[in-house]
Amino acid sequence: MTVLANPPATSTEPPAPSKGRSARRSFGFPRRGSVWTYAALLAIVAGSVFPLYWSFVVSSQTSEAVAKTPPVLIPGGHLFDNIARVFDSTDFGKALLNSFIVSGSITISVVFFSTLAGFAFAKLRFRGRKVLLVLAIATSMVPQQLGIIPLYMLMTKLGWTDRLAAVIVPGLVTAFGVFFMTQYLGRAVPDELLEAGRMDGCTTFGLYWHVVLPAARPAAAVLGLFTFMQAWNDFFWPLVVLQNNATVQVALSSLASGYTTDYTLTLTGTLLATLPILVIFMVLGRQIVGGIMQGAIKG
Amino acid sequence: MAAIKATLNRLDAKGSPYLYVLPFFLLFGIFGLFPLIYTGYVSFNDWNLLDGGAHEWVGLANYREMLHDSYFWNSLGNTLSIWVLSTVPQLLAALWIAHLLNHKLRARTSLRMGVLLPNITSIVAVTIVFTQLFGRDFGMINWLLGLVGVGPIDWQADTWSSHLAISTIVMWRWTGYNALIYLASMQAIPHDLYEAAELDGASTTQQFWKITVPQLRPTIIFTTVISTIGGLQIMAEPLLFAGTSTPTGGSDRQFQTIALFMYEQGFREFRFGYASAIAWTLCLIIAVFAIANFLLTRRIAKDEE
Repeated sequence: MTVLANPPATSTEPPAPSKGRSARRSFGFPRRGSVWTYAALLAIVAGSVFPLYWSFVVSSQTSEAVAKTPPVLIPGGHLFDNIARVFDSTDFGKALLNSFIVSGSITISVVFFSTLAGFAFAKLRFRGRKVLLVLAIATSMVPQQLGIIPLYMLMTKLGWTDRLAAVIVPGLVTAFGVFFMTQYLGRAVPDELLEAGRMDGCTTFGLYWHVVLPAARPAAAVLGLFTFMQAWNDFFWPLVVLQNNATVQVALSSLASGYTTDYTLTLTGTLLATLPILVIFMVLGRQIVGGIMQGAIKG
Repeated sequence: MAAIKATLNRLDAKGSPYLYVLPFFLLFGIFGLFPLIYTGYVSFNDWNLLDGGAHEWVGLANYREMLHDSYFWNSLGNTLSIWVLSTVPQLLAALWIAHLLNHKLRARTSLRMGVLLPNITSIVAVTIVFTQLFGRDFGMINWLLGLVGVGPIDWQADTWSSHLAISTIVMWRWTGYNALIYLASMQAIPHDLYEAAELDGASTTQQFWKITVPQLRPTIIFTTVISTIGGLQIMAEPLLFAGTSTPTGGSDRQFQTIALFMYEQGFREFRFGYASAIAWTLCLIIAVFAIANFLLTRRIAKDEE
């Protein structure tokens, strides 16, 4: 007898389709999702989406409407009033601009330097290459949070506290980026192409500019996405070093940490801080999912 | 002329690779490695920012003080409790979700994106939303519990309830991410393993435990170690969950973690020496846990085979 994973419920179905299904089931992997698979997954996705949906609901209601039982579950018409209130009560516009400047510069720099270093590690032969690469990878395991006190002292010495440079400069390179690009360029750029370039009299930097950068474009897009999201969502270090010139996450946290919290105001802020990332995710979600899954196989 | 050009070419080929990797090592050295090592030096000093940066070598005094500081032990206990409460269910749930996603599905990409959505939102946003959901008077979770006759619970007030709430926040944000990592590895498992098992009459549950889980061993180790490194550094969630900007982790420090304790000592009390001692101890704890985790998960996964 074949072992059927399906619960007895299937036996109540008409015999013909049930037979067809069991015939398809054997020797097919991955298996077709059953109703239960879809039901479970939809419930999980609903759980993932709900807190964000709810913050949207609250940010479109008045403060009074929110303090009700049972809670409101449908959006109201006060979203733009609340957004205006957020911009009135804090310097949220500046915080958003700060975040764009910080995340944008970090993204461009990380992509550029990672591709440069990745090119050297993947395609150029030099003494100490292996040791340096292992060193670069090992640094990604070091918890950066723990060096935060001397880093703060350093920033005070440089006079960078409350200046965006304090957040941008330490973020200009990442070990993850170097590793990611080394892996990618190793496969994506054929050695013959580089040799041909050299024959034509290209300098090494010329090779980087004309051959490697164009080839790196798909990986650069993924790396750029991740870097931007990470920089945008970063909280701890900006909180420490940008007390009076906040990024959006820091502004959001101060919005939420009053003694009496204005629910609608705070959640409208949450929505505004999440919106840019959400838009990116809606447009490029496929690449983000792919990037994570790809990174996993290598990791 | 030609000789000069050849020399330049050789110089370019030999020297330029170092130039390309230099920015990484330079910047990382200054802003990553140096602070980490210098933390060690600071931790052996009585270094208070309020004294205008004056400092004095005190040897192990900071560490001795820490070992007698009940707030430190309290924060260590809280960190471990929140870490276990969030990591274990999170990784089990991720394994199950990955298994579900590993079917032939319609709207595959949308489902994957839906699962990942929590991970792209910031810790700050997530924590704020959940803090409202866990509100005592008008929070939706208490309302739901009220429907089945439980509560209302003052989630911030007690140790167990606050740990449960904070773990929920961590879980919500990271389960989908781990599920996608497991899914990627699941898809790399050779199909004929399952076909052979099916011929032998193994049920899907048996296949899951006898084939899928052992094959995922390296990935399970990877996610456990990464979750541990992240979990032991938790700081933003308990800071924001308090609803005020005080870094004590609740009125009785019932949910103050080590990282938050370090932040409090460093950036509220300005005791840089003491905070650095806490930082180095946390680093040591993380290293010990990461290694122990690695060995343990390797062993468990091996036993499954």
